[in-house]
Formats: sequence, structure tokens, C-alpha cells
Amino acid sequence: MSVKVSMKVNGKAVSGEVEERTLLVTFIRELLRLTGTHVGCDTAQCGACTVSMNGAAVKSCSMLAMQAEGADITTIEGVAAADGTLHPMQAAFKEHHGLQCGFCTPGMVMNAIDFAKKHPGASEHEVREALEGNLCRCTGYHNIVKAIMAGSKAMAGAK
Amino acid sequence: MKSPPFEYARAASIDEACALLAQHGDAAKLLAGGQSLVPMMAMRLLRPAWLVDINEIAALKDIAVDERGARTAACARQVDIERDTALAARVPLLGRALAWVGHVQTRNRGTVGGSLAHADPSAELPLVAQLLGAKMRLRSARGTRSVEADAFFGGPMTTTLAPDECLEVIEWPAWPERRLGCAFVETAARHGDFAMASAAAQIGLDADGRCTRVALGLGGVGMTPLAFPALTARLVGSRPTPADLDDLARDAAAQTEPNDDLHASSEYRRHLARVLAARALRAALEDAEREK
Repeated sequence: MSVKVSMKVNGKAVSGEVEERTLLVTFIRELLRLTGTHVGCDTAQCGACTVSMNGAAVKSCSMLAMQAEGADITTIEGVAAADGTLHPMQAAFKEHHGLQCGFCTPGMVMNAIDFAKKHPGASEHEVREALEGNLCRCTGYHNIVKAIMAGSKAMAGAK
Repeated sequence: MKSPPFEYARAASIDEACALLAQHGDAAKLLAGGQSLVPMMAMRLLRPAWLVDINEIAALKDIAVDERGARTAACARQVDIERDTALAARVPLLGRALAWVGHVQTRNRGTVGGSLAHADPSAELPLVAQLLGAKMRLRSARGTRSVEADAFFGGPMTTTLAPDECLEVIEWPAWPERRLGCAFVETAARHGDFAMASAAAQIGLDADGRCTRVALGLGGVGMTPLAFPALTARLVGSRPTPADLDDLARDAAAQTEPNDDLHASSEYRRHLARVLAARALRAALEDAEREK
């Protein structure tokens, strides 16, 4: 059986007919064709699928699309400005080379933005703790942490 | 999309959730935060024919705190409990334990009741419930009953919940001691993974530094989380030395019968249990001694 699901994604109202078992990440990637959100482990370990739901970072592989009914979702495609200017956190990842292969990056950036909003002025230790749910298998955490520190600062300054 | 197909129902009230459970019995599973259930279904370890989503039931989100303790409704999110300062003042062990539960993103979705009903013997919240003697209120179309944590946990992933029952509220008792200390420690392959062993301790002191109450719990080393009231009673009335705490940790670990598995042998888990119990007890005592 299929059911209708509606939500807001990156500020735009979207809806689609899905099977009950459709995961939120599948809805985002395969129906909306927003493939910036990645699927790594599919079992809530790696964080590559992190999106913002009603202002909180969640793993979209561990939620049903139906559970996001009426929700406000932001994916990595929705964080830059309309004119293409990168979000301060994206710019910091670029500037500090906070990525190697880039697979984990969308999830890293989405989690980092949520973290920076809730913990302005966080220490490096706190940033490292906040990355507990995001795996980088290039083991590039060093520059990711640098990028998040700089991105947080830029976000606080931009207010 | 790897989960087997199922039917989905979004319950608007606890009564409706209970009615759906009564109708579908064993074929139905309640969906709370879904941070264990959804991955388990994706791995096809579970194949419920019906999912009853209880996330939209406002009455299942409440957190209330008074001098007797905290009452958390089953669907309260872990992140909301972690950030509740009134709760942290009365039942500080909950926040200490939650820091070890999954990751930021999973705690944003995961619920307190979901973790308890899932009853993983290595999970943190069940250990806190066992150690503090939390009381669970279970509801069904037949009525309501209360169960202590000790009777609630039946074995690995097994509770006393009947197929038609919904965990509604958890009461976490507060200790009245002004000088109260607690600690939670665990060893896992990676942070957020299932613990090979975990230990929690809570100690209350009087003005002279004598123990008024001591609780110690171990997780991941038995069929259910374990508490040791008979052992900890011997410290009451004393000013425990480091050797007393080590002895208690050794005796508690000796009572455990951990399983062997891929990740750790039974012997290694028992060793971890002893080391972690001693660390938790020492940290809880130091924590209590800081309160003047």
C-alpha cells in the first residue's frame, strides 16, 4: 500500500506517494532527487545522512518518511544562500580543507551547523565530542575540527 | 528501503495506541524514537506486521520534577531529559548516563521509554532504572499497573510488557541527601556502541562524610542490568576507604556471569566490570564529597 506524505524541505512544500516502509533518506534522495544527503551505514552509526528536522540534527536513515509528516526539513542543499554564497560552515570546511573524499561531509556540515547554533563558543574538546555520531573513514577529523571551530566563529559573527 | 513491508498507524492518544495493540497483539510494535527499532527492521531482525507510531501523543512527552524525583512520560526525548536542569538537580545520574547513549543525532530522536522497553542488557537507561529502582506505569485497554524496574526486566530484549501494553510513565526516585554523588562509566569499542561493560554508582553522605546510602549497578554483564543492594548495604554508616570501594567492586563483579561473544570473552567482561565498578564508586564518592 502507499500513503501520501507532505513536509517542507529547504523551505519548499513537497509531497509524495510512498510505501509505509520508505525511510526519510530514501524520500529525500530518490523522490526529491536531493542526493547531497548520503547513505553510509543505513543503521544510525555513521551520520552521513544527517539532516535538520524542526531545528534538530537527526539521522534520516533511522526515521520513516511518514514520521516527518508536516516537519520542516533542511538538507545540505538548503544551507547556502539563494545566490550560491556558501553557508559560513560550508565556507569554513572549504577554507580549512575539512574533507578528503567528501562522503561524510554533508552529514558533518549539517551536524556542525546544529551544534554551532546550540553551543556558540564551544571548545575544541566539545567540538570533538559533538562529532561522536559522524564517522570519517579518511580519518580526517583534524581539519574537520578546525573547520567547525572557524565555522562556529563565523556563524556567531554573522548574527 | 530494506525493511519488510508493514502497515503503519499514527495513534493520536494513548487510548488509541492501546486499542491498536489490543487489536493486533503480537503482530504490532510501538514506534517511539525508532533509533533501535528502525535499524533492526532494516537489518530484518524484526518483522512487525504493524507499526503503531506514538510520537504524536502529547501526553507521552511530559517531564515533571519535584522533591520525590522525576516522572518522565515514555516518549520524552533523551535530549530533552539531558537538558532539563530541574531534573539534573534531583536525579543527576540520568544525565550522566545519557552522555553515553548513542550520539547527539540519535538522542534528538530517541526516547526514554523506547530504551527501557527495548531492554538491551548493555544499555545505559535500563541500568539507571535498575540501580535507582525506577517504577514503570504500564497501560493497556484492560487497565493500568505499576512495576518496579527489577520486575520489569525479564532478560535480554525482554520485559514484562504484555503484547497489548504500552509503557506510559517512568518514575525515577530522587535521594533526599544534600551530599549526593553519582557516576556512570563504560567501555565500548567506539563511543556510542553497545557497552562491553558499564557501571553506575550513587552515594549519599551525611555531614560527617559517612555513607547514608550506596547503590551500584553493572550493565552488559548479565541477562538484565544488575544492582547489588545486599553488597552496598555494608558501606552504610562508614567512611569508605579506597580499599573498601575496591572490595565492593570485586565482590559485585564476582557475582556476574557475562556471556562470551565476538567482542569480548566472559572473563574480560568480568574484569571490566570490576575495574569500572571501582571507578564509578570512587567518582561517585568524590562527587558527593564536593558537596559541602
